[in-house]
Amino acid sequence: MIRRLWKHFIAPFDPVLMIGLGLLVSASLIVLYSASDGSLAMVGRQFLNIMVALTALWLISSMPLHYLLRSAVPIYVLGLILLLGVMTPLGVNSHGATRWLNLGVATIQPSELMKIGVPLMMAWYFEKHEASLTLKNYFVATLLLAIPIILIARQPDLGTAILIAASGFYVLFLAGLSWRVMLVTLVAGLAAAKPLWSVLHPYQQHRILMLLHPETDALGKGYHTMQGMIAVGSGGFLGKGYMNGSQTHLDFLPERTTDFIFAVFSEEFGFIGAFVLLGLYLFVIARGFVITAEASTYFTRLLAGSITLTFFTYAFVNMGMVTGILPVVGVPLPLISYGGTSMLTLALGFGILMSIHTHKQLVKT
Amino acid sequence: MKFQAELRNHQREIHLFRLRLLLCLGFVLILLLILLGRFFYLQVVRQSDFRTMAETNRIKPMPIPPNRGQILDRNGVVLARNYSGYTLEIDPSRVSNLEGTIEELSRLVTITPKDLRIFKKLKAESHDYASLPIRSRLSDTDAARFAAQQYRFPGVEIKARLFREYPFRESASHLIGYIGRITQDDKEQLEEDEEVASNYLGSDYIGKGGIEQRYEKELHGTTGFEQVEVDAGGRGVRTLSRTSPVSGNNLVLTLDAKLQEIAEQAFGNYRGALVAIDPANGEVLAFVSKPGYDPNLFIDGIDTETWDELSNSPDVPLLNRILRGQYPAGSTIKPFMALAGLHFGTRTPEQTIRDPGYYMLAGSSHHYRDWKTGGHGSVDMFKAIQQSCDTYFYGLATEMGIEKMHSFLSQFGFGNKSGIDIDGELTGLLPSEAWKQDHLHQKWFAGDTVSAGIGQGYVLVTPMQLAFAASIIANDGIAYRPHLLRQLQTSGKPAQPVPPVQPVFDMHLAPDDIDLVKRAMAAVTQPGGTAAWAGSGAPYTIAGKTGTAQVIAIKQNERYVESQVGERNRDHAWFIAFAPAEKPRLALAVLVENGGHGGVTAAPIARKVFDYYLLNKVPQPLQASAGKSGGEHD
Repeated sequence: MIRRLWKHFIAPFDPVLMIGLGLLVSASLIVLYSASDGSLAMVGRQFLNIMVALTALWLISSMPLHYLLRSAVPIYVLGLILLLGVMTPLGVNSHGATRWLNLGVATIQPSELMKIGVPLMMAWYFEKHEASLTLKNYFVATLLLAIPIILIARQPDLGTAILIAASGFYVLFLAGLSWRVMLVTLVAGLAAAKPLWSVLHPYQQHRILMLLHPETDALGKGYHTMQGMIAVGSGGFLGKGYMNGSQTHLDFLPERTTDFIFAVFSEEFGFIGAFVLLGLYLFVIARGFVITAEASTYFTRLLAGSITLTFFTYAFVNMGMVTGILPVVGVPLPLISYGGTSMLTLALGFGILMSIHTHKQLVKT
Repeated sequence: MKFQAELRNHQREIHLFRLRLLLCLGFVLILLLILLGRFFYLQVVRQSDFRTMAETNRIKPMPIPPNRGQILDRNGVVLARNYSGYTLEIDPSRVSNLEGTIEELSRLVTITPKDLRIFKKLKAESHDYASLPIRSRLSDTDAARFAAQQYRFPGVEIKARLFREYPFRESASHLIGYIGRITQDDKEQLEEDEEVASNYLGSDYIGKGGIEQRYEKELHGTTGFEQVEVDAGGRGVRTLSRTSPVSGNNLVLTLDAKLQEIAEQAFGNYRGALVAIDPANGEVLAFVSKPGYDPNLFIDGIDTETWDELSNSPDVPLLNRILRGQYPAGSTIKPFMALAGLHFGTRTPEQTIRDPGYYMLAGSSHHYRDWKTGGHGSVDMFKAIQQSCDTYFYGLATEMGIEKMHSFLSQFGFGNKSGIDIDGELTGLLPSEAWKQDHLHQKWFAGDTVSAGIGQGYVLVTPMQLAFAASIIANDGIAYRPHLLRQLQTSGKPAQPVPPVQPVFDMHLAPDDIDLVKRAMAAVTQPGGTAAWAGSGAPYTIAGKTGTAQVIAIKQNERYVESQVGERNRDHAWFIAFAPAEKPRLALAVLVENGGHGGVTAAPIARKVFDYYLLNKVPQPLQASAGKSGGEHD
């Protein structure tokens, strides 16, 4: 009886993925303890975030796939409504950006919902027109992607907008968007780059400029990038040792429990540590690819592929930003950075992946 | 059939999807490799660069300024010292509303309008990140009151500092000079030498005049450094290592503070200058330029109002009259002229002239008047010096010629810097034909020589030059460089013995010549001499020479009547002297501005100085405060 119950309980979990995720969140707790200068309270809160995320993961992964398929449109529409709501007086302005919505009981960030909502909607759309895909379908899908992106970019939240754009593009790409169209779009995009540049907010322009020459403004906007690079570089091959990073513990690193946590990790664990971390991410991503390849329907294939690639994109953008090859866009390191929202969003993604994996046989039969 | 086509279509679709997925995997692997390459570049290839940057971030050298050396007189009386106190400092870069903060502060501690004016001036002059004093020498109650409220004032701090103090204030201000805050200009100059610049990293003050400036290097000391681990806000976390600062040297001057005080008092309300030198070694014992100024005013920056008052005063207190006041030498040049006449054989001691009260050049009707109407009658060299006969020296100068006069007198230092160890000395002017041609583009006239013979015309001297020249006569033609530094005391080390001073040159004067001039100078302070009153009743003999430097020119047909010219147009009075005449221990030059005749105003000042130095006699008004300062004199 108990064994059956237990089996039912763990059945939705994909063991391989769980090992990878478990190792990454364990690393999160360890690094966070150092990044917060030994704050057990912070580690405790992150543990709670992980537990909440684990619950969500379990709920999603045990949910039958047709629920997911049916929920695509409502989630997308709800997301759009909330995004529009941000533009009403209910929107909460902070640091010059209006990204939050005050619902009375809680303040939420609708763009987080769209991280899942957009690929879900696009995969649903392609599934619906699977039998006869024409260029028009790709155009409509692009429109479904463009609307939330424009709304988010206007908030302004360039980082999230770019990441959602990436997740949508992965769907288009996997759905077989022709190379010719991609090439034409790319050329058109490059031509539009100059007018687009002028549309960007000055601080966004500055961040991109700083990326090219961080050392020219070491005390100004390039400070974050420079201090991140110093932390990573000074870690050396073996690292300075756990809790021993001077950049971390003397406050030189900005945002060291969130966006720059990778710098803390690299300073204290060195190249070896960073290598192992990359390995862990690759392990999770590879499992994602396997699940994608084995997915049984068009919808689940597109969705699983997009989720896996988006997860990779988050990790790449964050590490690229900290090490100075990408602009500072304010993206947390997935599964490592402190924060409940990001953890929950990731759990939703991995929950869907696991659900796709566990339910594929059921669909087949 | 249709089903099969759909199935094939489905297969094709899966094939296409897998191909795309494979491409994605390749894309992921390439980007991961790029990241790995980046990690390798940062953490392995450039590791040492970033290590250094992290260390530079982490460790800041904090300078520890050394204690500035004290300045003492020859008997150990302190002329410049340090005392510790509190100062309230504002770092403008950390204060958003400066006006408001100062307003708030003034409710808590005393901040005078003068403090504010100085602060504003400092702010305008200082570089960006400096913290500036708003109030120096905080009282204990103010310090305590602020300390309790400090949390309300980010960017405002109480700092314990050493303050410089000049206890003698106006007295000897021109000699000691002062220190002042390092300005942007000073900074640029310091930065020319990297080593010097690093030694001043923690220093706020630098010597700005007199001894403080000249011996800045000796007084400043060596800055110590602490390697402090700091956080991103620049706050010190812990000290990693420390190199202690080395205090500056104490300077022992040749000055006798008591003698200085007596000389200064002797001037009364007169303006002027006095330099007293030990002829046997060139040690300067008194260095008076009146009026002086309070050097304490300059330390933290003088406010504009007080500065204007000082710099616009008709008494020019900021002028160092000893080194930078250039006056006609007047009759004080006569003993030197006499020596020149004997040296070149232009005159013998016995040769006499008849003085009708004026001198005329051959072929001219112009009268060069003697100061004594009707003249001195028959005059030889001795009498010419004793009574300061102008006619005698008009003739002597004319016969000798300006070139010989120039070459001989320049040996006494006229027209040259004495070389005393204070900056800013002027050379005065000993004219020559070449000089006039070069500077005025005019021919030298015979009349120019006549005027030069009694120290008028183009001749200009500083009190320093006359004192130096007097000391050379006193020492029979052997010159010692006048100097103020007697000894350097390095802290923690026993005092070094005073190094013997070498003469700079010997004029090899004929003993008979110098003897005659010295005897004649001694007669000046005896009955029948021009300063007889100053010498009366002294148990030692003063050898001296009076002089008068004209302030305004008197026309050919007019006479100078002291009571008729305005006070500021009155002649300056000179007196040069050494005593005892037989074995001189002190030589000096006294200038009394608008003092009239040298024998009346300048010579009595010299007498008081000699009385104290030779007899240890303190003048009446000073006796009350006599025991307070100054060591006993031998």
